[in-house]
Order: sequence, then structure tokens, then C-alpha cells
Amino acid sequence: MEARGLTRRFGPKTAVDGLDLEIEPGVIYGFLGPNGCGKTTAMRMLTGLLTPSEGSARVLGVELPGRAEPLKRKIGYMTQSFSHYRDLTVAENMGFTASVYGLRGRKARARIGELTEEYDLAGLAAQMAGSLSGGQKQRLALALAVMHRPRLLFLDEPTSAVDPESRRGFWEKLFDLVAEGASIVVSTHFMDEAERCHRLAILDRGRKRADGTPQELMDALGVTVLEVEGTDLRAARRRLDGAAGILSAAQIGARLRVLVEGDVPEPEARLREAAGLGDGAAIARTRPNLEDVFVSATREQAA
Amino acid sequence: MISPFRMMAVLRKELLQLKRDRMTFGMIVMIPIIQLLLFGYAIETNLRHIPAALVDQAQSGLSRALVQMVEATQIVDFTERHMTAEAAERAIRAGHVRAAFVIPEDLAGRLVRSPAVGMDPPPATDAQVSRPVAQWIVDGSDTTIGAALKSLRNMPLTELFRRPQNMSVPTFEVALFYNPEQRTEVNIVPGLVGIILTMTMVLFTSAAIVRESEHGNMEMLINTPVRPVELMLGKIVPFLGIGLIQACLILGLGRAIFGVAIVGSLWLLLWGGLLFIAASLSLGLVISTIAKTQLQAMQMTFFIVLPSILLSGFMFPYEGMPVPAQWLANALPVTHFLRLIRGVVLRDAGLAEIGPQMLWLACFAAIGLGIASLRFRKRLD
Repeated sequence: MEARGLTRRFGPKTAVDGLDLEIEPGVIYGFLGPNGCGKTTAMRMLTGLLTPSEGSARVLGVELPGRAEPLKRKIGYMTQSFSHYRDLTVAENMGFTASVYGLRGRKARARIGELTEEYDLAGLAAQMAGSLSGGQKQRLALALAVMHRPRLLFLDEPTSAVDPESRRGFWEKLFDLVAEGASIVVSTHFMDEAERCHRLAILDRGRKRADGTPQELMDALGVTVLEVEGTDLRAARRRLDGAAGILSAAQIGARLRVLVEGDVPEPEARLREAAGLGDGAAIARTRPNLEDVFVSATREQAA
Repeated sequence: MISPFRMMAVLRKELLQLKRDRMTFGMIVMIPIIQLLLFGYAIETNLRHIPAALVDQAQSGLSRALVQMVEATQIVDFTERHMTAEAAERAIRAGHVRAAFVIPEDLAGRLVRSPAVGMDPPPATDAQVSRPVAQWIVDGSDTTIGAALKSLRNMPLTELFRRPQNMSVPTFEVALFYNPEQRTEVNIVPGLVGIILTMTMVLFTSAAIVRESEHGNMEMLINTPVRPVELMLGKIVPFLGIGLIQACLILGLGRAIFGVAIVGSLWLLLWGGLLFIAASLSLGLVISTIAKTQLQAMQMTFFIVLPSILLSGFMFPYEGMPVPAQWLANALPVTHFLRLIRGVVLRDAGLAEIGPQMLWLACFAAIGLGIASLRFRKRLD
């Protein structure tokens, strides 16, 4: 799948601006970004639900914009909010989805049985989908999205209403699917989820700020990450706002995590001076994490 | 390729949802029953017992006899008595009564001179000398009431003098076919089939597509290979059966309670009914593809239902409407269906007579379905 200069405008607002992507088969590709950064719009364009204002994409050999119908059989799409019928039971929802994708008779029963077991839905078959818990709904939605064994799966913030335990199980399922040969595009605003992706694109205000594997992104980070331990960190944090050479500062427990621009020659000295730290404060360099990547990618462009 | 299998999937889903929706399920049965009882009993075009005021200035045996004769027609009931015409007018303005009967003091003198009495020899035949014996003051704003009271204008008076009535020879003979007793229900019951079906069918389907969007199912649905036509057909087919059940309910109760028998072919009625139901459903679907919310769909439905009641010939004869209104009426499926069902139920019309109406309805259904399918895009923009 690849996209070239994909752009979508809603009135005067540009939701996605010149997005270039290249996603290889057999990977989990993540869109990481805050709410309203264009993740959902980008996905809707790639599934053919929205016509791009500019640019084009080729998804599984189907040219977009263009006739998106042949694509529907090859892709699965799990929407951000639960979009299956709340007034049908789990079993009825599965039956409907199977029929709509043309599975019938014994084949449909076999596939439904398989998914029921795999996604642990057996005890819920007669329950109304609307009465399921967040984690159960999400398992059902994923089972329904892969009913027709799609080669490409789009998941729009699949775990935003799910507890950490279910989230772990969910990601295990995703890696199972990839092992079976599917590719997955997933959007998220959780760092820990983004870290599990094979490759990542960081989106902010409709633009792609960086992409690569999580490790590459962390390695290529052009900033120094410092952690400060000391007293009166709130005041130091306030003094750092807008200080030259300082990208961001955020308190994490008893420490202050500060990103200093990479071209600053002596970052520790700059920080001590800008924050007005006393000698009692200890400063240590530390490994960048994905959140640092995200913060620096979005700050640099904004400045 | 249109897949009947996918259409069946949508159909099954709709039936399941309908089964769970107790309210809609109840409406399917209760709307026809309640409306039939309501309209069957309530709508009466032969007006009787209009409340009226009496101003008897003569206060004689003759005037009392005249009042009794008027009351015997049952067209009016005298509910109030006043001394002056002015007081009676106030009562009309206040709305207690719709008319006032003013009997002048010189009733006897007028009666004697009146040619309506036909006393021999007429004391005067001069129009200036002979004057009407009494006056009706009528609230003419409602033309039906006005017409009912105008029918009293030529009431024979000879009975007042216990003389045999002048044998009036009719100029024309009027043979009333199909409804010799002139019962209003005979026309109302088949008409109600059309009105109730328009109401329920358009209402149910107008929400059909919007509901999918409002409940958030649309984004999932348009990501499946289901085609617009399959979706539309799957959504309307369950209602074909429901519409037929409603039609049977109305005609069956109409027969049992109001004695309106079906004289024509049941098969013709079935096919005509199915075509009309399909036409109404596809009209509802078109609304559903235009409306953004269920509330909007409801408002647009009433936009269709009101003209269907007023212009279709259900309440007022189609022939009496001005030509542009007739064009409008012809754009409503129910107008054609009323001709069809009244033809079959009341006049035993055959396929030859109602063929054009069936063709109209089939065209409505096909065009509506086509427009709805074209308007429905599997896109969010």
C-alpha cells in the first residue's frame, strides 16, 4: 500500500495534508497522534470511504480515488466506536456479517465457530451486543472485521475503551493475524501501543512528522533527554517554558524530564542555567523513549 | 452483480430488529385498528343534529308546530332559545350554536300568503306580497353546515294545515349504485386502507437508512460488499408483508364492524395493494436518503401524509379540485390507489378498469427505488 500527497479538506479546515505513506505487507503499521490529527480521516481515505481532495493511493492494487468496491472484500475495518448492531445478539451479528460477505451454509458455520472459539465469545452468543462490556465489544468487533479473512485490516483506535489486560490480549490477536499473513494499519494515541507496531508514522495536525520503526525513531532523535532530580521542580518546570534550546519539560513522579535541542553544546549546563537549578539538583542523561520522539516531532514542526 | 443472498442477509437482520422493537411492532397492529374505529365512526358527511338557537317571536300554536316540523328533520337541534335575533347572533358568534331560526311575529299572515302552503285561492301571487315565512341565520364559514341548512330552504309546509302534501313529481330519477343507503363508511373504509398504509409505510421506511447512520452502523455497513439496491430491497421487503397484514386488518374489521363488503376480486386487491405498498415504501426510502436525522425524516413524512389525506380524494372528491391541485394529487401514489381499491372493493372493477392505476403504482415503486439506490452512496463525503 502506498499513498502520495493524500489531502483532505473539510471546508476551510485541512484534516490531512499531503500524506505520503508506504506500508509493506505483513506488518503492523501504526498512526500515532493526538485526537483530531487526521488519523481517522487518513484511514477513511485509504478504505475508500472518503474521496481525497488531492493526491492518490494504491491499496492492494486498487487505485484510489476510483472504484473502491473491489477493495471492500479484501479489507476489514474496525471503526472507532462500536458500529455493529446493539439490538442483535452476538450470534446474530456474526450471522449477518458472514452473509453480507457471502459466506453461507457450512462454510459460514465453520468460520463463525472458529471465530467464536478464537475470540472467546462462546459464552456470549445469546447476549445482545449492546450489553457487552468494552473488552467484549472490542473482541466481537475484531472477530467480525476478520470474518472474511481480509488481507489488510484497518483498526481505528481499537483499544481506547478497554482495560490494560484486554489490551494485551488484543495485541496478541493482532500478532496472530500478522503471522497468518495479514497486514494491519492501526491508529492510536497510546505510546505503549505505538511501541508494539513494526513501523510508525507520527501524525500531527494532518501532517506526517516522522516515520520508521520505533527503534529507528528513538535512535534518530535529534535531542538530548535529561532527567532532573531535586526540590521545587514545579518552579523549575515553569521557568523552562519557552526557554531557548529547551524543547519540552514534563514532570514524571519525583523527576523532571527535559528535552534539550541536539545542537546545544552543553545541554546540562544550559538546563541548570535556564531552570535556575541549585547545586543540590542531580541531572542525568537517559535513553529517549517514544513519547520523547512524539513530543520532539510535533514541537519542532510547530516552532 | 446483485446478490439475492446479501439481500436476504439484510432482510433477516431487519426482521430480527423489528421483532425486538416492541413499540413499532405494536404500532403495526394498533394504528390500523384505532384509526379505523376512529374514522369509521367519526367521519360523517351527512350532517345531523347541528346545534341551533330558536327565536320565536310569534309564540303561537302555529310557530310551535313549525318548530316541531323543523326538528323532525333531525338536521338541527334547538339547544337555546332567545327573545331577539341580536341575542341569537351573539350565540352564533360565541360558537354555542351554528345557526338561528327566527320566526317573525306575523308568521300567520306570511303563511297564508306563502305559495309554499298552496292555499286556495292564493291571496297574492306577487313576490313582493308573499314573503318567506321565517329566517335562518347561519354560520356559513363551514360550507358543509351551510349546505345542510340550505337544504331546509324548500321544506314543505302543507303539513302545518293537515293537508295532504303536494305530490311533487321529480324531474329526474336518481339511482344510487354501490351505496344506495348513502352510508359514509362505505367510502371511508377502503379509503382508510390507502391513508393508513401511506402513513405507516412511509413512516417506517423513512427512518430506515437514517437509523443506520444515527446508531453508528453506517460506517460498518458501507465497508462491507453490500450494494445499495440490496440494502434498499432488504429493508422494504419485510414491510410488504406488514403492509398486507394492515390492509387485511382494515378491510376485515371494515367488513365485521361497518358492514363494508368486498365485491371485487381479492387477487386484484392483493396485487394492487402490494404495488401500492411498494410505492409508499420506496417513497419512504427516498426521504430516508435525504434526511440527516430521524426527526427530519419524520417531518418530511408529515409533509407527504397531509396532502395524501387532503388531496387524494379520501376526504374531498378529486373531481372537485382545481386542475393544478389534481396534478399534485396525481403525484401521490395514494391517489391512484384510492381509485383502485374503491373500484375493486365497491364497484367490482376488473383489471381492464384499474390497469392504469396499477401501472402508475408500479412506476412509482420502480422510480422511488431507483432514486433511493442512486442517492445512497457508499461514502462518507
